[in-house]
Amino acid sequence: RDHCRNLQWEVESFVPLIALVFFYLQNNTIKTSRYNVFNFLPLNLFEQFQRLANAYFLVLLFLQLIPQISSLAWYTTVIPLMVVLSITAVKDAIDDMVKWLPGPLADILLLSSSEPYSLTYIETAELDGPEITEPGLFLLNFSSGKVTCESPNNKLDKFTGILTYKGKDFTLDHDKLLLRGCIIRNTDWCYGLLVFLFHLGPDTKLMQNCGKSTFKRTHMDHLLNVLVVWIFLFLGSMCFILAIGHGIWENKKGYYFQNYLPWKEYVPSSAVSAILVFWSYFIILNTMVPISLYVSVEIIRLGNSCYINWDRKMFYAPKNSPAQARTTTLNEELGQVKYVFSDKTGTLTQNIMVFNKCSINGMFYGMHAATKKFVLTSVFQETEKVDFSYNKLADPKFSFYDKTLVEAVKKGDRWVHLFFLSLSLCHTVMSEEKVEGKLVYQAQSPDEGALVTAARNFGFVFRYRTSETIAVVEMGETRVYQLLAILDFNNVRKRMSIVGRTPEDRVMLFCKGADTILCQLLHPSCRFLRDVTMEHLDDFAIEGLRTLMVAYRELDNSFFQAWSKKHSEACLSLENREHKMSSVYEEIEKDMMLLGATAIEDKLQDGVPETVATLNKAQIKMWVLTGDKQETAVNIAYACNIFEEEMDGMFIVEGKNNETVLQELRDKMKPESLLESDPVNIYLTSKPQMLRIPEEVPNGNYGLIINGCSLAYALEGNLELELVRTACMCKGVICCRMTPLQKAQVVEMVKRYKKVVTLAIGDGANDVSMIKAAHIGVGISGQEGMQAMLNSDYAFSQFRYLQRLLLVHGRWSYNRMCKFLSYFFYKNFAFTLVHFWYAFFSGFSAQTVYDTWFITFYNLVYTSLPVLGLSLFDQDVNETWSLRFPELYEPGQHNLYFNKKEFVKCLVHGIYSSFILFFIPMGTIYNSVRSDGKEISDYQSFSLIVQTSLLWVVTMQIALETTYWTMISHIFTWGSLGFYFCILFFLYSDGLCLMFPNVFQFLGVARNTLNLPQMWLSIVLSVILCILPVIGYQFLKPLFWPVNVDKIMDRIHLSTKLPLPPPTRTKLKYASCRHSAYAFSHKQGFGALITSGKILRSRVSKKNSFLFKK
Amino acid sequence: MTWSATAPGAHQPDNTAFTQQRLPAWQPLLSASIALPLFFCAGLAFIGLGLGLFYSSNGIKELEYDYTGNPGTGNCSACALADQGRAPPLRCSCAWYFSLPELFPGPVYLYYELTNFYQNNRRYGVSRDDSQLSGLPSALRHPANECAPYQRSATGLPIAPCGAIANSLFNDTFSLWHQRRPGEPYVEVPLDRTGIAWWTDCHVKFRNPPLVNGSLALAFHGTAPPPNWHRPVYELSPDPNNTGFINQDFVVWMRTAALPTFRKLYARIRQGNYSAGLPRGAYLVNITYNYPVRAFGGHKLLVFSNISWMGGKNPFLGIAYLVVGSLCILMGFVMLVVYIRYQDQNDEEE
Repeated sequence: RDHCRNLQWEVESFVPLIALVFFYLQNNTIKTSRYNVFNFLPLNLFEQFQRLANAYFLVLLFLQLIPQISSLAWYTTVIPLMVVLSITAVKDAIDDMVKWLPGPLADILLLSSSEPYSLTYIETAELDGPEITEPGLFLLNFSSGKVTCESPNNKLDKFTGILTYKGKDFTLDHDKLLLRGCIIRNTDWCYGLLVFLFHLGPDTKLMQNCGKSTFKRTHMDHLLNVLVVWIFLFLGSMCFILAIGHGIWENKKGYYFQNYLPWKEYVPSSAVSAILVFWSYFIILNTMVPISLYVSVEIIRLGNSCYINWDRKMFYAPKNSPAQARTTTLNEELGQVKYVFSDKTGTLTQNIMVFNKCSINGMFYGMHAATKKFVLTSVFQETEKVDFSYNKLADPKFSFYDKTLVEAVKKGDRWVHLFFLSLSLCHTVMSEEKVEGKLVYQAQSPDEGALVTAARNFGFVFRYRTSETIAVVEMGETRVYQLLAILDFNNVRKRMSIVGRTPEDRVMLFCKGADTILCQLLHPSCRFLRDVTMEHLDDFAIEGLRTLMVAYRELDNSFFQAWSKKHSEACLSLENREHKMSSVYEEIEKDMMLLGATAIEDKLQDGVPETVATLNKAQIKMWVLTGDKQETAVNIAYACNIFEEEMDGMFIVEGKNNETVLQELRDKMKPESLLESDPVNIYLTSKPQMLRIPEEVPNGNYGLIINGCSLAYALEGNLELELVRTACMCKGVICCRMTPLQKAQVVEMVKRYKKVVTLAIGDGANDVSMIKAAHIGVGISGQEGMQAMLNSDYAFSQFRYLQRLLLVHGRWSYNRMCKFLSYFFYKNFAFTLVHFWYAFFSGFSAQTVYDTWFITFYNLVYTSLPVLGLSLFDQDVNETWSLRFPELYEPGQHNLYFNKKEFVKCLVHGIYSSFILFFIPMGTIYNSVRSDGKEISDYQSFSLIVQTSLLWVVTMQIALETTYWTMISHIFTWGSLGFYFCILFFLYSDGLCLMFPNVFQFLGVARNTLNLPQMWLSIVLSVILCILPVIGYQFLKPLFWPVNVDKIMDRIHLSTKLPLPPPTRTKLKYASCRHSAYAFSHKQGFGALITSGKILRSRVSKKNSFLFKK
Repeated sequence: MTWSATAPGAHQPDNTAFTQQRLPAWQPLLSASIALPLFFCAGLAFIGLGLGLFYSSNGIKELEYDYTGNPGTGNCSACALADQGRAPPLRCSCAWYFSLPELFPGPVYLYYELTNFYQNNRRYGVSRDDSQLSGLPSALRHPANECAPYQRSATGLPIAPCGAIANSLFNDTFSLWHQRRPGEPYVEVPLDRTGIAWWTDCHVKFRNPPLVNGSLALAFHGTAPPPNWHRPVYELSPDPNNTGFINQDFVVWMRTAALPTFRKLYARIRQGNYSAGLPRGAYLVNITYNYPVRAFGGHKLLVFSNISWMGGKNPFLGIAYLVVGSLCILMGFVMLVVYIRYQDQNDEEE
């Protein structure tokens, strides 16, 4: 009842948090495993029998033990069931052993840290875009206290609570909470209090945001369940027909045959007999529901998962990490993916910003795109890195490839110096210098870090800052600038500036910001320079670089004094402060002189654009769901080919006016979809409960950008349907500013309305929710911890492995699974339905056609290995072709290879085969004798002929299905057939039969029958009759009903004979026309923190003392 | 879970053909150049085989006689009429006269055929005890439950052999007489009643229980014959090697038929003058009519037949091969036409 949480603590001395957490881990490993040594057997058996199929066979076993209806020996069910149960049990046991997860982390209430004011540097990049530092609560000498706080919830940005400490109450807010998944940086120690423990249930805010963890089942699993129900119904109706037949037969014939075969004493009438025989047939025909289906499916999935683990082409050497299939139950779904939801940071990009190019005073520095390509393709890295050895404070990791810029710096070009000076001054970076000469920057955004680092390397080293000064080492000479004001960044301004006083007592304003904004604030005199710079910016944008414009303004001292006054007034005003501030800012940020522009490369992971292009060709739609800003997200979307310049239109959904935007969008993409007469609309109105939105084809390529808050409105209102219809028609969709939960909601939405397979890929804790929500979750094991990976189904290190996972492994798994299922159902139908035909000749007496041992071993021994071989080794085309023709992936998305229609085909094929398999041997033995005059028309010989024909037929059928004959396939397929004959002679041998005459009754049948010409003639006839129509069908099908895939296959087969044409490289297109590529991933409000000096004072004193000592 | 701690390459998967799915493989392709010849070859082969089978089956001579004795169908009607109740009269006999205008080439086999007789009924088929039949003394005294209601006699004695199959043993007997020329007396043709069952059956599968004091009768002491039988199992034949469970008539009967119409070998004619076949002349089969079948609409037939390399007369395989062969060729032509038209279409498209 108590929604609040009370925590009290009493500690003598505090252990550092790390140790605390470590201790916690030691003692609180979460036990997610289900079994121990003692409860394993009963618990596992209990769980297994909860599965419908196993329970069914248990019931069947009991039925078989009733003598009145038992038509099969008990062991025909017991032996397969035992084998199946034990294989599953072994697999469960192994799975279970793996599940000892590493320990939890909790949300931590920060109490104090090593840093001044108990600030703690935290990277919460995982949660909502990169940002650093959160002010902590500072309690230095604490020994006891009490915290009352809210109950666990999923709001990442809210936390309320009260800390009672020494009789005083302190209010707690979310700033003081370290969420699970944060990384503490550059902080020596900190103390904290564990608030929401994962251990106490998934209480942490992040876990609350992660969505429910459900056991994922594939579409195929659901389909199988449906099919098993169908089979049940089919089975029931067959039993019913046969029972009626039995009733009629007993009435007409059996009654009069009682002289030789009297009715049992418990059978008063033919009706009772019919009821009993219904169950007898139920037992006989039980093999329609294949007992080994589920276990075989699991083995196949396991095998195909192993291939993923073993794949060297998905092994990432720099991190020494192979791909991991963490789930072994989803493989074939990998071949059916239609939508990919991708995170941006760390997934598409490396999350590394590199200062790549710049334009200073109309001069272009850095390699041109063309030269760069040339360099890459010809002699690799011919151009040397620029040598920064003249600068002792340079960052050795920084590299730049244009010497002219260094020469310009060395020459003392005034503009270049000013440019770098502005970069080293205008920022909110903090520096740290624990060892003399080794600077470490704490940047709020990686962009800013990259810029300051660039300035540092070119000789304008930002060394330290206080609340009032910034020290810069300019070409080896330390100069201290007075910091007069920071005009902070915000989303509307899209720029930041600082005002500083140089040692020469000049007041300067340095500004950097988006080109679109800044170019309007420039002094008219630099119009020409602006045009040149804009051209350069275009070049940058084309390459997908993130750009900023840099400008300065020299201020008149008196002007600044007047402005400063206004500024402090605005700062102190209580009403409408923000607005007042920004208008004050605007007064000073004008008539600026343009210095140049910077271009930062948000480094994509290797091969991302190519991968996206390949996935596009495979008709996989790619959505980017990111917590990052719209501008950066769009930038990346262009860089990775998700958006293209040739797109017919791009729409941005912002604010609450979604509906009109969506309407407008649809009007453009597919005008008829708004009419009531549109078939989709009719479909949707006629089925209000909404099952599935059909695929709609727009009239061009469109892109959609939607941000988090608009999405929230869309999801809350009734716009979901509209949104899905619109978004799914777009080529690419970017959702930005998303919370983790929203990411999951988007995935759920598409899952719900489109009923297609979705895949989510991400690397951070903020992606966990969507990874869990999607049908398949893929974790990138990157820099952002293990959260995503631990919750994923598949994990690897590079985004580009996704194409291999889907197009190669997924496609193979899907094709193999489909082949397996088709064949598996077929072989069981062909096997079982023979009994049905025999019923008409055996008085519907539930007589089996086969020897009971054949029934026992058929699924388990005789036919299991070939089909496993097929579904573990078969490849219709090799990996090169799979990747080269992504179109081959399409049939999986529409589930063309195994669906209800295919199942019916299997059924019909099975019925046909069983018909042949019964009537050909029957015709052969009818009133027939051997060449020595002795009979062969006895029941046991007939059984032998039928079962041998059956085995030949199913073996030939699988031989026909196999397209990739490895040695193992040969051994499995032909070995199984040979093994059948070995077992046959063993089971029918004198010794065994005489030892147990009532169990092994077929003494000598093999010897007497297998040498008969009739028998082999009959087998050949059956095989030909069963196989030739299939060959004919396979031959004619692509001729009569050609599909896209057939044509591609033809091309592949043709080109395997002829020499290979060189592979066409996927052409990479960069944006060809202008779009502002401005990027600023700041959080607002940091400037104030600096000027207030809160962060810095103690450090400054430290530094000062250090200087004094010097 | 972090890999970085270990040596570089430590977790790199093995580079084997198996793990990288690069196993060398043969990839056959169903192309026109394979499918079409396959159909034509299969068709031709089948037609050839079919012709051979058809002619060899046609060359076999068969002589059938239905002696069920339905009213007006011959002189077994009297016996059949007497058999109106369930228990047939003892030793009612009738005869079948026929004449052969020419030699019936040998070796000739005499079969009896039953129709509408469901030896393949499940309850019938399981009603036996193979342990007992393999001569196991304990099973002799304690027949299996499957034999019920022919497990124990009314007096409680174990029935040997137990079960419905044994109880329904076919017990008509036949003797064949030959009259060379009209007016001459009929001479009995020797019928070989041994060698009619599978060797494995009468030598391995079926065995008499161990003799007691050298006597088979004593071995069966304390058992009752099946209710339909007129004599105990050890008196089935005077020949000690052909009596008891290994009596060949019995063994043949116990190998139950797969279909409700079946033939069972009664005797081989291969001795004396008749080894080359049945010479021309008049013949008489003397039938001891014991076995009632009319109650359930069954028929009893007598069949003389000779055999070829592939067994007795059965036109099925020959006809089936001919039909399937023709279908293959027909199908081959259809496929050829479709293939050529498709090729043309493709060329046009290009």
